[in-house]
Amino acid sequence: MPLIEIRDLVVDFDTGKRVVRALHGIDLALERGESLGLVGESGCGKSVTWLAALGLLGPRARVQGDVRLEGMPLLGADARQLERVRGRRIAMIFQDPTSSLNPVHRIGTQLAEALVLHRGMNDRSAWTEARRLLDRVGIANAAQRLNDYPHQLSGGMNQRVMIAMALAGEPDVLIADEPTTALDATIQAQILDLLRSLRDDGGMALVLISHDLGVVAENCQRIAVMYCGRIVETATVADLFAHPAHPYTRGLLAALPEMEGPVRRLEPIPGSVPEPWNLPPGCAFEPRCLHARGECRTSMPTPRRVAAGHSAACVRFGALVSDQAPQGTRLREVA
Amino acid sequence: MIRYLSTKSLRALLTIIFVVTFAFAILRLSGDPALLIMSADAPPEAIEAFRRAWGLDQPIWEQYLRYFLNIFEGTLGRSMRDGRPALDLVLERVPQTLAITVPAFLVKLAIGIPAGIYAALHRNSFGDRALMVASVAGHAVPSFVLGLILVLIFAVRLNWLPSGGSDTWRHAILPVVTLGAAGAAVIARFTRSAMLEVLGQPYVRAAMAKGVPWHRVVWRHALPNAAIPTVTVIGFMVGTLIAGAVVVESVFSWPGVGRMLVVAVANRDLAIVQCILLLVAACMVTANFTVDLLYGWIDPRLRTSGGSNRST
Repeated sequence: MPLIEIRDLVVDFDTGKRVVRALHGIDLALERGESLGLVGESGCGKSVTWLAALGLLGPRARVQGDVRLEGMPLLGADARQLERVRGRRIAMIFQDPTSSLNPVHRIGTQLAEALVLHRGMNDRSAWTEARRLLDRVGIANAAQRLNDYPHQLSGGMNQRVMIAMALAGEPDVLIADEPTTALDATIQAQILDLLRSLRDDGGMALVLISHDLGVVAENCQRIAVMYCGRIVETATVADLFAHPAHPYTRGLLAALPEMEGPVRRLEPIPGSVPEPWNLPPGCAFEPRCLHARGECRTSMPTPRRVAAGHSAACVRFGALVSDQAPQGTRLREVA
Repeated sequence: MIRYLSTKSLRALLTIIFVVTFAFAILRLSGDPALLIMSADAPPEAIEAFRRAWGLDQPIWEQYLRYFLNIFEGTLGRSMRDGRPALDLVLERVPQTLAITVPAFLVKLAIGIPAGIYAALHRNSFGDRALMVASVAGHAVPSFVLGLILVLIFAVRLNWLPSGGSDTWRHAILPVVTLGAAGAAVIARFTRSAMLEVLGQPYVRAAMAKGVPWHRVVWRHALPNAAIPTVTVIGFMVGTLIAGAVVVESVFSWPGVGRMLVVAVANRDLAIVQCILLLVAACMVTANFTVDLLYGWIDPRLRTSGGSNRST
């Protein structure tokens, strides 16, 4: 049984004026200790998937489908059950660490709160453990930092604090939602190194949500690519880079610079992401797709098996996979 | 911190000086107290004598200077009506006013804050909408209208409570309710919007993701942050405790500072008016000063000293 299994997860947001569908049926499974990358443009539903799974979307969201943690259903679970899952089984860290920490409480107080909640410690031992956790995530002068407020630390330090707080519950999985987007490049690398080493040490599963394929490729075993509220392709990292099957994935790869080989022009994906309330009737990527055909306009492709552990939601993938490197110029020829 | 406090104090002092000057100028411009107090039919010699006795025959700037010097010496002049020291007369009335404004203040807090929190936590529910309609009404209806409506219902129709006067605690009920309703409405709206703002912040979601139970998210994570804007309005209300009941005291003929102010203005009893204004200004300024200090206590980001430096 997978650690987490998501089946046909659908999320609608009621904005008052209209109901907008953010997720159109997500199927995803996460094994123990696995590291999964979730890639896609902003607004494609990467974060919403996990916020919905944890019941964190608030009253305007309507969530349907099935999310199970080792067989235990999470959707529709009562508040007390969810409180025992959040932080303790599934921890989550967010994009902007400084605004994710409460500005009026000390770092130590916020860390100790998690320890008291999840490990039943008393205040004093929680404070000692909080210091140990800060040490573990590489914060110097941990004892002193416990007394600081979030605004006294940099963004990178605060993200380390958030990670320490996530570790407090000794969770089975850590969902890192764009953990480095708000940080500058050198700090980014440090935080990613930290996440990787924590996963290697503890056997904790990691879900890394990012719009950056490179970041995910370096830190994950498997990748799921999302577009407009759907998973369009899943594969192991190696497979995805070697044989991208979905035109969107190929577009993403073509937009990445290469370290080796001749310098080439980066290929942007033409057009822009359609609004969630104005999706085309068929494949959501069809208007931007260089390989689209008539049937793409009418029917929504379902995920098809490309190879073992590799699937893509595209009717045209057969013609594309044979074509190896996803370079913009060659993509055009196929089209 | 010392610099912070001293700039604040200096600003407070300037505010008071400005208020006093303004009051002095307006009152002098709006009519001759001698004519009003002695009546226009009095013999010219008597009026002249009155002017001399109160220093009204001297040039305006000299009156102004004298007035200021007196304030620094601690004397606030005497009532032109009965010659007693103005400060004594005003201070006699202060307990009467506090007897309705303090209970009203407690009513504002006790109703306004819980109502605002409830409305925010049940946003767009029936309860929220009902509370906000009541709040807009409480805010919009002037206190003399509300006061008269309450008198009409509880004194005239039902005959449960007296319509005016200050003999028993029963006389205080309607003034307290009138004052409290409007203030509670204001606090409820502020608390609601502050709570909604805070509940949408990333740290609230992060606290929930951490597994913090909802009631604790509200009390420990949201409320202290929502307190910051709410404290501002509450501080303003503390500032009005001494003379914030001018209209209500008049409606219910409650013998407090507010009523005294109305009478003194009508009579051009300069010393009394200026004494009350000075007191009001001092209260306002003290309340604001306290609020500023409270900010620093509630929100660590506003503390100017202490803590370690930002580091990367």
